[in-house]
Amino acid sequence: MKRREFINTLGAAWLGAAVWPLSASAARSLRQARVVIVGAGFAGATAAKYLRMWSEYQLPVTLIEQNAQFVSCPTSNLVLGGSVSLSAITRSYDNLIRKHGVNVRQETVLAIDADRKQVRTAAGSVPYDFLIMAPGISFDYSQLPMTQTDAAKARVPHAWKAGPQTQALARQLQHMRKGGVFAITVPPLPYRCPPGPYERACQVAWYLKQHNPTGKVLVLDANPGITSKRALFERNWAEQYAGLIDYQPGSELSAIDVGSRTVKTVFDTWKTDVLNVIPPQAAGRLALDTGLSNGEGRWCDVDFVTYESRKVPGVHLLGDSVDSGLPKSAHIANSQAKVCASSIIARLADVQPDPLPVFANTCYSYVDETSAMHVANVYRYDPEKMDMVSAEGGGLSAYPSEKEGADARSWAKNIWSDTLD
Amino acid sequence: MITGTRITTRLWPLALLLGTTHAMAQAPRPDLHIRVLAASCAACHGTNGVSASGTPSLAGMSSTQFLSSMMAFRTSKTGTDVMTQHARGLTADEIDRLAIYFAALPAPQ
Repeated sequence: MKRREFINTLGAAWLGAAVWPLSASAARSLRQARVVIVGAGFAGATAAKYLRMWSEYQLPVTLIEQNAQFVSCPTSNLVLGGSVSLSAITRSYDNLIRKHGVNVRQETVLAIDADRKQVRTAAGSVPYDFLIMAPGISFDYSQLPMTQTDAAKARVPHAWKAGPQTQALARQLQHMRKGGVFAITVPPLPYRCPPGPYERACQVAWYLKQHNPTGKVLVLDANPGITSKRALFERNWAEQYAGLIDYQPGSELSAIDVGSRTVKTVFDTWKTDVLNVIPPQAAGRLALDTGLSNGEGRWCDVDFVTYESRKVPGVHLLGDSVDSGLPKSAHIANSQAKVCASSIIARLADVQPDPLPVFANTCYSYVDETSAMHVANVYRYDPEKMDMVSAEGGGLSAYPSEKEGADARSWAKNIWSDTLD
Repeated sequence: MITGTRITTRLWPLALLLGTTHAMAQAPRPDLHIRVLAASCAACHGTNGVSASGTPSLAGMSSTQFLSSMMAFRTSKTGTDVMTQHARGLTADEIDRLAIYFAALPAPQ
């Protein structure tokens, strides 16, 4: 026997005995439990797949999603730059259904009845033993009510949930007058995808450089400075996009005139040609309506060993809605889903879940159509702080490169596949 | 969870020589910690370590190769590489157990 085979055999025996196979009684309790997941973004879809896989296809899983297809927020800024089409970042749920046996239902959830353990949709009630909510984010329009109507969203798109809004904003960029101003407003932290607004500024600048070189990008940031990959973006804007990107930190919005696309901040008034308002954010609407939010009322606390809500027992919550020290990224949502799936299966199999979960985050931002840069960190659960805490060693790229651009494309392919296939 | 002798960074060369690790000699116990951590690697390296893109697959990689790669990342002079940043965030014990975990997974066809 060759050494490699020996290691594989020994390893397989060790793994098999150590993690699974499931005992007959564990398999029985898994078969009898019903898991319902609401929301099929990176968090919800990953949870569905891994619950099926890790239960050895014993645990029945229903996944309820209002959209017919998955559209990836990561890479969606490249639709604005023009190097990627919306169809290239759109995927179906077919493999979750056919390959993994997930019961995918395209429906809108109206409410959760946590006492009766039921999810209410227009079609009726869906009972559950375990509920996982992965509702993403909602927009908080309380400060900017004039941007909330459908007509306002068409004229002043957010494009912060990838899909028709992304295309609408791309069209406005393509039709902007020569020498026009494309403005992006950045909400205060926390919000989905911290480096996303700055990557967007790069993509718009990249587009303008080729098609409308006298045009400008105006970034009105409510935060005191660039919130992620700061040194990298600052250098890139000074070098690759000198004179193209006007960055205004500390620009909290006080009013918007949707008709004339005029923005008022505390000190200034800005007349723009295309206005991309990324609104302030909060946990997904359904999480807020179910009473999951904490004292501040915007985000939700969970137990980071199980992802069970600290407010409503029996309800698990994943992804961007969670209040934590973690960035609101696709990789984090995907990893949280695995911790949660593992803990639910452990509980049903009468095994202790991992008390100290550890996972990684890797996030790329493209500065043009080929070059990208990253931030990478490992996060560990700290039981004293009751939060996920950044481990040592994490950090940024030295500079954006084509090599990392290729890495970013590989990252996207694998995370889409890991989430959906 | 493995609680016996940890293979520290100092001892890795020994582990490489032996081509195996202490963890394998331990009694079988659930290792959900490593399964979830390994699944976090899947976002870049593919489900069960089988890559669907240009990122290398980890499934079926010999534990020797895995350990020597991770040691090279950890001791790399440039701190700006993705894998250096991840390798430095993990404990030696976690890297050790990941090596065994990935070696045991079926390699891509």
